[in-house]
Amino acid sequence: MPTHTFQLNGETVTVDVEDDVRILWVLRDVLGVTGPKYGCGINVCKACTSHINGKAFNPCAVPVGALGPDDEITTIEGLADTVPGDGLHPMQEAWLEHDVAQCGYCQPGQIMAAVALVQRVRAERRAITEDDLDSIRNVCRCGTYPRIREAIRAGADQM
Amino acid sequence: MGKSLGPVGAPALPNAVPPPAGIGRRSFVGYVMGGTGLVVAADLALGAAPARAAGLPIPSVPQIPELYDLNDFLTHCALPTSALIAIHIDEQGDAHFALPRMEVGQGITTSTAMIIADELDLPLERVHVTLAPARRELLFNQLTGGSNTTISTYTPIRVAAAVARKALLDAAAIQLGALVETLTVKGGVIFDLLGNALPYGEAAALAAPETTRQVEVELKAEAAHTIVGTPRRRVDALDAVTGRKRFAMDLTERDVPGALPTMVCRAPDLNGTAKEVRNQAAVAAMPGVTHVAIIPTGVAVRARTFGQCIDAVRALDVVWNAGTVAGRSSADILKELRRAELPLAVPKLGATTVEGEFVFHFRSGSALEPNCAVADVRADSATIWGGLKSPIDAQSKVARALRLPQGKVTVNVVQGGGSFGRKLFSDAAIEAAHASKAFGAPVKLMWHRADEPRQGRVHPMATSRIRATVLLGSVISFEQRHTSVSTDFTHGLGERLTAEVAALPTGLANLGFSETIFLLSQELPYDFGVVTQLLNESNLDVDRFNTSSVRNIYSPDVRCANELIVDRLAAKLRLDPVAFRLRYAKSGIVKRVLRRAAELGEWGRAMPAGTAQGIAIHKEYKGATAVLVEIDCRPETVNRKVRDAVTGPRVTKATVVVDCGLAINPLGIQAQMMGGFSDGMAQALSYGNHLVDGRFLEASWDNSAYTRQWNTPFEFRCEVLDSDRKEPGGIGEAGVAASMAAVACAYARATGTMPTEFPINFHDPLHFEPKPFVPPVPESPVNGLDHVS
Repeated sequence: MPTHTFQLNGETVTVDVEDDVRILWVLRDVLGVTGPKYGCGINVCKACTSHINGKAFNPCAVPVGALGPDDEITTIEGLADTVPGDGLHPMQEAWLEHDVAQCGYCQPGQIMAAVALVQRVRAERRAITEDDLDSIRNVCRCGTYPRIREAIRAGADQM
Repeated sequence: MGKSLGPVGAPALPNAVPPPAGIGRRSFVGYVMGGTGLVVAADLALGAAPARAAGLPIPSVPQIPELYDLNDFLTHCALPTSALIAIHIDEQGDAHFALPRMEVGQGITTSTAMIIADELDLPLERVHVTLAPARRELLFNQLTGGSNTTISTYTPIRVAAAVARKALLDAAAIQLGALVETLTVKGGVIFDLLGNALPYGEAAALAAPETTRQVEVELKAEAAHTIVGTPRRRVDALDAVTGRKRFAMDLTERDVPGALPTMVCRAPDLNGTAKEVRNQAAVAAMPGVTHVAIIPTGVAVRARTFGQCIDAVRALDVVWNAGTVAGRSSADILKELRRAELPLAVPKLGATTVEGEFVFHFRSGSALEPNCAVADVRADSATIWGGLKSPIDAQSKVARALRLPQGKVTVNVVQGGGSFGRKLFSDAAIEAAHASKAFGAPVKLMWHRADEPRQGRVHPMATSRIRATVLLGSVISFEQRHTSVSTDFTHGLGERLTAEVAALPTGLANLGFSETIFLLSQELPYDFGVVTQLLNESNLDVDRFNTSSVRNIYSPDVRCANELIVDRLAAKLRLDPVAFRLRYAKSGIVKRVLRRAAELGEWGRAMPAGTAQGIAIHKEYKGATAVLVEIDCRPETVNRKVRDAVTGPRVTKATVVVDCGLAINPLGIQAQMMGGFSDGMAQALSYGNHLVDGRFLEASWDNSAYTRQWNTPFEFRCEVLDSDRKEPGGIGEAGVAASMAAVACAYARATGTMPTEFPINFHDPLHFEPKPFVPPVPESPVNGLDHVS
């Protein structure tokens, strides 16, 4: 079985698994990293949203064979370590402040998508608009959408 | 000292019945359990006060729910169950409680911890609420549904906590040499008048009697509450935002060794079954695959990863038997419903009659966490882990499937990633048990998303006919005939009904489950003279469709139809919709939420053409809600484009006002109202399932158009009123009905056309290309790196 080496939440990991297994299952079923959730497997619901080299992506739609040894995957478990200090990421703090989660199943993906959105908008040197928030495709079946919008704005202010 | 205070409980003994209300504070009986460690107990049936007739001087004869509603029924079902719930105080003085209900996001672990913390004078973070496994001795009292959890558990949990507090204080009085009346508690530490302190943990070690002792306690007065009634964030929020919160599929090799990913290849037809697998050996030899076997619902495959299960499911070549509605489409089911409609009693009287005929299509009950369960079936026993709202029913059905005695099946309840009614059923647990038995190996079984809308439980399709009569400036009759595809109640609630049917008020005993639920839950909150609301079921389809509640069964559709006709009646009488509702509303609680919503939401403000406000009310779950929305139906909004999505009319602003009795956690209630709103809006505008040729077309979240960010109101506000009612009401489903109705009413006012079919976009051209049915699940994409953002 082929081996694959990549960076995961700041550490180098190597896994023995077929090339075509999507990264979501490598994370969850092989490595036991269960923050990214399954919600569709076809890059629609975005529950598995994580970061690759600092940008949002959906590991359900990328085979592990596409990763190189220097590619850095960040899941919700590693998000807090991407900012200085021992605490949470400001977006996680905003999520707590606004008590966004209900069942919590979609929330790791929501937070990872939110962080990437704020970074993207910031790179464009502009403020978050309603259209930006409308563009988020992550499903929340508990219907916490308005609180997600509030938390993203609050989190962005602290990022 | 290593001893700890174990669970406390209170039983349903005759002397546990509280004195009549109004005689000061109520006292209850509970138990301090004998043995080591402080464990206190209270009976789960405590506090189910007998229903009392409202006896209101009202023109309309009171409907059944005004006197005795579904929640009274659910609460009373518990009465014969002499079962203890227990609180355990550990050596640190922390309290532990295993809640015999299921947390699916509705916030009951938080609100329950708040109740215990308040009664015990412990900081909230020192109360630890877990979910109890299936406890057969609880009989009918371990079902999470009907928004009944807090209504039914509030008093017994308080009693148990009060017993614990009393036991701790009694022990402290001896240890400190002080009178118990002089002791005070702060933050889990007991103080005497001299300032001597004894932490709960130390008192707990002294408090356990050798034999079980019955004690009488009084509950704290409401005014003494410092936690209950204050907004509190969820106790599991930190775990949720860090990815640490664990759901059933997050159980790992360490939790259940050998439980490998398992999926089921399902038939193209709804409820089709597998006859033969033509390439079993080839699929079993695929990378990662360990097992392939036919089970009752399809062909199960087990592999090292779920990705390899998906590949195997797609590779299977199966001969299928036809499904249960082969060849049938939504239009055929509508014809069946029309044939089953009961006649209206009041004749049509020309211009004095206002009528409406409404159609409500199937909609998927899927949560974001798909159906899933872990099963480890051995020769003579089985263990299940899953998000199960009826764990005793799951235990019974798994035992039957495996031909094991029920006592040989252990069912562990794991927090669920949403439910909305779906998890009252144990479909995945039963499937997992079949698969584990067939494979002779533990399984971690999960449905593919495509399976959910296609083969999973759906809200039953229904029609509603309404005829109202206006005479001499007044509404004198209002009749409704609701006709539904038969709803499955075989999740344990049905068993309660069977067992308790004789106890029901006169006239209900001969009805079926569905009619009983309908009559116990549906209430038209207006004085409209002669009011009749009846349910009939097409009765052809008990096994044809997989039905369930979708965050409520009847209320959203029934109330949506009601409120649309109410707006027509108001127009006929030339009254403003709010003024009309205030004039005809039966109860003060409804008028109060309505007035407040109209005020907060600025009812009647000028709106541009093509936009409008809509308002609706609902009364259920021991409370009332009013929802006011603003909708934008202008072409530039309706026709806005979002890839692979339903856009359409946009609700731009929503205001929800709720009176749900004693508000344990106002923040949690606001969250439930927001969620209920997102459901109600979707059910009105966009969320439906199309049945074509015996198969549902929808197979993804981009097909089933549940609310997404591009549908979300820019402004959402929810106000929880201070209630006159001192007991808590239900909140999980309470926000849905008025939300759906308000959105429908706003749409009618903005467009000038009353919608009669829901979701309103049902007959629009499909916004998606239906995915193939064979293979039943789509391939996972490989181009994800083209879409990084």
